[in-house]
Amino acid sequence: MTTNTGIGRTLFDKLWDMHCIDDLGDGTGLILIDRVMLHERTGGVALESLAAAGRTVNAPAQVFATMDHVVDTLPGRTDATIMPTGRDFILATRTAAQAAGITLFDLGDDRQGIVHVVSPEQGIILPGLTLVCPDSHTCSQGALGGLAWGIGSTEAEHALATSTLRVRKPKSMRITIEGSLAAGVTAKDLALHLLGRFGAAGAKGHVVEYAGSAVRALEIEERLTLCNMATELAAFTAIVAPDEKAFAYLEGRPYAPTGDEWARAVESWHDLRSDDGARFDTDLRIDAADVAPGITWGTSPQHYAPIDAVVPAYEGVAARDSREAYDRALDYMGVAAGQSLRDLRIDAAFIGSCTNARLSDLRRAAAVLKGRHVAPGVRAICVPGSSRVKAAAEAEGLDAIFRNSGFEWRESGCSMCFFAGGESFGAGERVVSSTNRNFESRQGPGTRTHLASPETVAASAIAGMIADPRLLQTGN
Amino acid sequence: MQPFTTLTATAAPLLRDNVDTDAIIPSREMKSVSKTGLADGLFAGWRYTQIGGRNPDPAFILNQPDYAAAQFLLSGENFGCGSSREHAAWALAEYGFRAIVAPSFNPIFRGNCIRNGIVPIELESGPVANAAQALPLTIDLAAQTVVAASGQSWHFAIEAEAKAMLLGGLDMIDLTLQRRDRIEAFRAADRHQRPWAYFAA
Ligand code: SF4
Repeated sequence: MTTNTGIGRTLFDKLWDMHCIDDLGDGTGLILIDRVMLHERTGGVALESLAAAGRTVNAPAQVFATMDHVVDTLPGRTDATIMPTGRDFILATRTAAQAAGITLFDLGDDRQGIVHVVSPEQGIILPGLTLVCPDSHTCSQGALGGLAWGIGSTEAEHALATSTLRVRKPKSMRITIEGSLAAGVTAKDLALHLLGRFGAAGAKGHVVEYAGSAVRALEIEERLTLCNMATELAAFTAIVAPDEKAFAYLEGRPYAPTGDEWARAVESWHDLRSDDGARFDTDLRIDAADVAPGITWGTSPQHYAPIDAVVPAYEGVAARDSREAYDRALDYMGVAAGQSLRDLRIDAAFIGSCTNARLSDLRRAAAVLKGRHVAPGVRAICVPGSSRVKAAAEAEGLDAIFRNSGFEWRESGCSMCFFAGGESFGAGERVVSSTNRNFESRQGPGTRTHLASPETVAASAIAGMIADPRLLQTGN
Repeated sequence: MQPFTTLTATAAPLLRDNVDTDAIIPSREMKSVSKTGLADGLFAGWRYTQIGGRNPDPAFILNQPDYAAAQFLLSGENFGCGSSREHAAWALAEYGFRAIVAPSFNPIFRGNCIRNGIVPIELESGPVANAAQALPLTIDLAAQTVVAASGQSWHFAIEAEAKAMLLGGLDMIDLTLQRRDRIEAFRAADRHQRPWAYFAA
């Protein structure tokens, strides 16, 4: 099943070939898994079930777990949770991780945070590695040039017990983005633009390689945001060819190689790019100049519009949505066709999640907030993506800017990115959110979510309605 | 996983089409950290008189004395459709079901059955139900047959790998572990090439 090396190979082909131990027939390979990441909501189950079957983790040193999904994010948190059975998940994961001998970034550990934030931050994901995690946003980590994808519970057990997975080779897609993003346009706006353009099934089952001058120009944290939302495009995963920026980002991280090994690794990583003439099953191109700051108006991430646009009429989305789905989305969101998005009053603003809660995200939001105040009646919350992000933000005084502007400043975790029975926004409340999913009730039963960049969330919090951050002079 | 060779047991007829995984195990019943503790929630929306309650609804097939010990389930088209939650297969297995006879299955659910020791048998279930009534059926996996007490029998198809896994009580992990030497040899060679991919144990 090694890809024909006579013609150019894609980056994905190279990663596949490096890790394919055996051809199992039927297009399926036995793939070596270099790293497994777990979190307390699904990781504890996998570890317990593995132990109950009398099996052990084959390579515990390659496995890491963190606490992020159900932990509280209020200051002074303990193992107790607002989610009724949350504590059970925390205790089970702690016990199982200890028994299995795997590294755990527990509550109180300065390495704790959202799994897809801490893995790059700690240098656990590296170029050329395979990494799996029972979580759909694992695709984020492809930003560093590794093949990282989300799996189910039984597959997680398989990866833990055997250091492999049986994988049917996915198709490949390249999305080339040439040109420059306009001032004030972020990686999140680009991710939303792609969803609006190609739809929520636009990359169904494919490994998407993001390429082109606009992608090379993105900083690593921005690439993480772009790759994060590949699962919203229904991709198998996303990847960016690693370059000097990726190497510079990783050098000196706790789990990255050092010394001679680092030099050797970097040398080998230079080959991790698609060859000239490599063939993709699908090859798409867009012009970066077409991307505007965006916001979602409906209940699917493909329901995207430029921020100064209006809610589209049905004719504008008919290619992708049934009339019934469109009407339901408008009804749920409490919006009408032709209504200006910027007129919508909001109840809450949320900056957090594996999409947009890294240090650069918080810095950009803080630049908007500095010297301003959140509109009366708006509940505004900032949840740093990791404990290290939180500490770094505090060291440069960002927490004071958030607090002084009226934002809550929280401990790290997934928090109100999703509702699992714990904390949530209220029914019918309109939230502008830096997260990745705007499904019905994603952030609370009946809650209305508008996805946007952190600076759009910040600007909207100040205005009390959906606002274009480019219209605010940012403070220095 | 418990091997399946030949089993004689009662078959409960739940002859509806499109029984989805949410009906098999509602999400409100998935409270625990583990794959177990789900049997009580199996078909909870149909089995009990109230949402969240535990008073058996006597009208539901599994609550009828004739079918209390059923280990086979007979159902309609597209069994196991909807969300891919593996909890549906876990709940059925924990309750005690060892085989499901239905004209068609959702593919993900079918795969989950095979991984969890439940034999998915693609057959028109109406005639099987008529022949069985409340009398036991015999399912012989090696011979790929379903035989009613009356002697009437049906042959069913199943792919070789799935059959081998069910017969041997193997799961994917067992199958892969049979290649353990190969995997460890690959890792040892790879470790020379990419030492940075491996942490000292
Ligand atoms: S932050 Fe949200 S999307 Fe990301 S891993 Fe947590 S729950 Fe999932």
